[in-house]
Amino acid sequence: MLSRTADNLFWMARHIERAENIARVLDVAHRSSLLPLDVEGTEAYLWYAPLNITGCASGYEEKHGLARADAVTHYMALDPDNPSSIYNCLKMARENARTARSAITSEMWEIINATWLELNRLSKQIDMNDEKFSDFFDWVKDRSHLFRGVTLGTIIKDIALSFVKLGTFLERADNTARLLDVKYHILLTEKENVGSSADYYQWGSLLKSVSAFEAYRKIYRDVISPLRVAELLILRDDMPRSLHACMNEVEDALLEINGSAGKEARRSAGELHAALHFGLIEDIFEEGLHEYLTHFLGQTYSLSQNIRNAYLARQDRFETLPIRSAGQSQQQT
Amino acid sequence: MNTQATNYFDEMHIDDGKIRDIYQHYQHWQSNLSTSTLERKSAEAELLFRRLGITFAVYGESAGSERLIPFDIVPRIFSGSEWRRLELGIKQRVHALNAFLHDIYHEQEIIKAGVISKKQVLENALYRPEMQGVNLPNQVYAQIAGIDLVRVAENDFYVLEDNLRTPSGVSYMLENRNTMMRLFPELFASHAVEPVEHYPQMLLDTLRESAPSNISNPTIVVMTPGSYNSAYFEHAFLASQMGVELVEGQDLFVHQQKVYMHTTDGPQQVHVIYRRVDDDFLDPLVFRPDSTLGVPGLLDAYCSGNVSLTNGVGTGVADDKSTYFYVPDMIKFYLGETPLLSNVPTWRLSEKDDLKYALAHLPELVVKEVQGSGGYGMLVGPTSSKAEIETYKQRILKDPANFIAQPTLALSTCPTLVESGVAPRHVDLRPFVLSGKDIRLVAGGLTRVALSEGSLVVNSSQGGGTKDTWVLED
Repeated sequence: MLSRTADNLFWMARHIERAENIARVLDVAHRSSLLPLDVEGTEAYLWYAPLNITGCASGYEEKHGLARADAVTHYMALDPDNPSSIYNCLKMARENARTARSAITSEMWEIINATWLELNRLSKQIDMNDEKFSDFFDWVKDRSHLFRGVTLGTIIKDIALSFVKLGTFLERADNTARLLDVKYHILLTEKENVGSSADYYQWGSLLKSVSAFEAYRKIYRDVISPLRVAELLILRDDMPRSLHACMNEVEDALLEINGSAGKEARRSAGELHAALHFGLIEDIFEEGLHEYLTHFLGQTYSLSQNIRNAYLARQDRFETLPIRSAGQSQQQT
Repeated sequence: MNTQATNYFDEMHIDDGKIRDIYQHYQHWQSNLSTSTLERKSAEAELLFRRLGITFAVYGESAGSERLIPFDIVPRIFSGSEWRRLELGIKQRVHALNAFLHDIYHEQEIIKAGVISKKQVLENALYRPEMQGVNLPNQVYAQIAGIDLVRVAENDFYVLEDNLRTPSGVSYMLENRNTMMRLFPELFASHAVEPVEHYPQMLLDTLRESAPSNISNPTIVVMTPGSYNSAYFEHAFLASQMGVELVEGQDLFVHQQKVYMHTTDGPQQVHVIYRRVDDDFLDPLVFRPDSTLGVPGLLDAYCSGNVSLTNGVGTGVADDKSTYFYVPDMIKFYLGETPLLSNVPTWRLSEKDDLKYALAHLPELVVKEVQGSGGYGMLVGPTSSKAEIETYKQRILKDPANFIAQPTLALSTCPTLVESGVAPRHVDLRPFVLSGKDIRLVAGGLTRVALSEGSLVVNSSQGGGTKDTWVLED
C-alpha cells in the first residue's frame, strides 16, 4: 500500500475516534456539572477538565479567558479556530478519506461525507442549550459507531483495515489515559468526600463517559472504588476502551501489517502490551497513577513515531527528493 | 412549450411535434408522471450525488470549494444503428490521430508529402521534440481519447474537437447510469439499454496492453495532481474501480531510469501510469521546473521504455484546434479512407483571408483559442454583447494565430428538466475511446447539456450539466 494512503487511513480513523472522545468528555462534563460538588468556583473548576484532557486549555484561555460551560462546550465542539474541535476532527477525517478515497469503500466514504454535510447543517442550528448539546454528543458518538460498523462490514481484511484499526486504538488508548489522569486529579482532591454519594456520582460519570458503568457493575458488583475504576480502565482486556484492550488491537494490527521496516514499532507495541498484560493495579498505585499514566502517554507517543517512520513516511532508499509544497493545480478538460 | 424547438433538431421530437421512434416508450412513461414527481426524483438524484461526493471544483472559486455537476434525469437516447454509424467514424478518427502522432514523432511522412506544413507541426508549442524517435507500445500515443460530437440534423453529426491529453468525464457517464438505474429501475425493464458499466475493465485491459512489452504482469497506477484538482473525484473513482493505486507525484521517484512508488513495504516498481497530470507538470527536469506535481526523471524513464505513460507525452500537437483542421486529411493519408465524420468548417485566423472574414463576422461565429480547453476563453458571437465582442476582437488582433473561428452550429436539443418544467436544451456527446491492441469503446458516452435557455456552451466548468446516454439494442 502507498505510504501516503496508509497515512491518510491512519489519520482518518484517529480523527473520527478523537471526535467521539471529545463528545464523551464534554458529555461527562455536562453531567458532572449537574451534580453537587463542594468547591470554590465550581464552574471554572469543572470545565478546565475537558480542556486539559484534550490539551487545548491555552488556546481556549487566549480566546475566552475563564472556563465557562457554554464557551468551553462551543470551543471544543464547533469552533473552527480550535484545531482539535469536533468540527475540525470531522473536517480532517473527511479530507483524509477524500485523499484515500480509492482505498476505502463507497459506504465508508458515504458515512464520512454525510457526517460532514450534516455537521455543517447542525452547527448552524445548535445554540448553547444543554439539552440540544446532549443530542449532539449522542449524534457524534452514533456517527463514529456507524463508521466503525460500516468499515468492518464492507472493507476487505487487508492492511488498509489494519491501519484504520491502528489509528482508532492508539487514539482511544491515548484518550482513556488522559481522561483517567485528569478526572483522577479532580476526584482525589476532594478527600473529604471519599465514600460519599457525591463521590459515587463523580466516579460513576467517569465510567459512563467511557461506556464502562454497566461493565463495572457487572464485573465487581460492589461500590465504586478508585482502585477498581483504574483497574477496569487500565488492565482489564475485556473492557473495550481500556488501555489493555486498545493495546491488544494495536499489537494485532502491527503484526498484520508486518513489513521489514516495522521491527521497532512491533517491539515497542509488544513491550507496552506485555506490561499491561502482566501488570498489577497495586503496583501502579504504588508508583503513582499520575506517574504511570504520564509514562504510558510518553510510550504511546514514541510508538506513534515508530509507526510513522516505519510505514507512513517516505522511505526513500535510493535518494531524497524535496518535499512538495501544496497549492499547485492544473486544469482538466 | 418553447418555440426554439422548431429551429433546432430535437432528439425527442420531429418537426411536427411527433415523437421519434426511439423515444416512444420513454415519452409514454414520462407523460404519466407529473412535473412534481420528476422534480422529486431529480432532488433525490442530487442527494445521491452529494452523498457520494461526486463533486467538481471550479477554477477561480475559493480554494477547495466543491460543486455538483447538475444531473438531468431525462436520458439522451440513440438507436443501435445510429450508434454503429457513429462508432465507425469515431474509431476511424482515433486510428488516424494515433497514426499521425506516430508519424510526426518518427519519419514525418505527412510533412514530406506536403499534406501538413512543417511549421504547423514542429513550431506547435505542444510538439515535444523529446519524443522524436521514441517507440511506444502498440504505436499508440492517445490510449484514452474523448471525441466531442454535436448533431445538427437527423443524420448530420460534426466533430467539435478531439481531446487527446487528459479527457475527463467518464466517471459521470458511469455514475449517471448508476443513478438512473437506482431512480427508475422500471425504465430499464422496458428498454434494452446497452451497458456501460464495464468501462473500468476495458480501461484496465487497455492499460495492461500498454505496458512495456517485456512486462507480463504490470503494476498500474492512476496519477492525480491531487485532491484539489477539479477531476479528483474521477481519478479516485477510476483507481478504485480498477483496483489500482491512486498516486501523486510525491509518491513516485525514479531510480536508474525506473519508476518506483513509496509503499508501506518499501519501494515498488511501477510499469504503467495512467496520468491525469498535463505534460507541463510531469517532470520538472524537462518541462516546467517549478512543477511540484510531477516526478523528476520521469521522462527519462519513459523514453527508456521502462514505464508507460497513458496518454503518451506530446499528444497535444494532434488535438490542438489548428491541427483539427487537418484530421480529415490524416484519415485519407494514413488510412486511404473517406472520413465518416465531418469536421466543423474552420477559419484559421493565422491565415490573412480567414482573419479578415472572421473579424467581419464575429457576431455570428464561435471563436476559440487554439490550445484552449474546458470552454475557457472562448467567444460565442450570437450570445455575446457588443462590448464583449469588441474586447475579444482586441485579444484576437494581438495574436491572430492563437485563434480559430467556426460557424455557430445549431446544436441539437434534448428535453431537459428545468425550473419551468421540461424544455429543450442544447446537448453534445463525448464518447470515450480506448486504444490498446485494438480500439474499443462502450456504447454512448457522456452527454453534456447547456442548462440555460439558448446557451450553446455545455462545459461543466461553464455551468453545463450531464445526462445519461442510452444506446438501445436493435
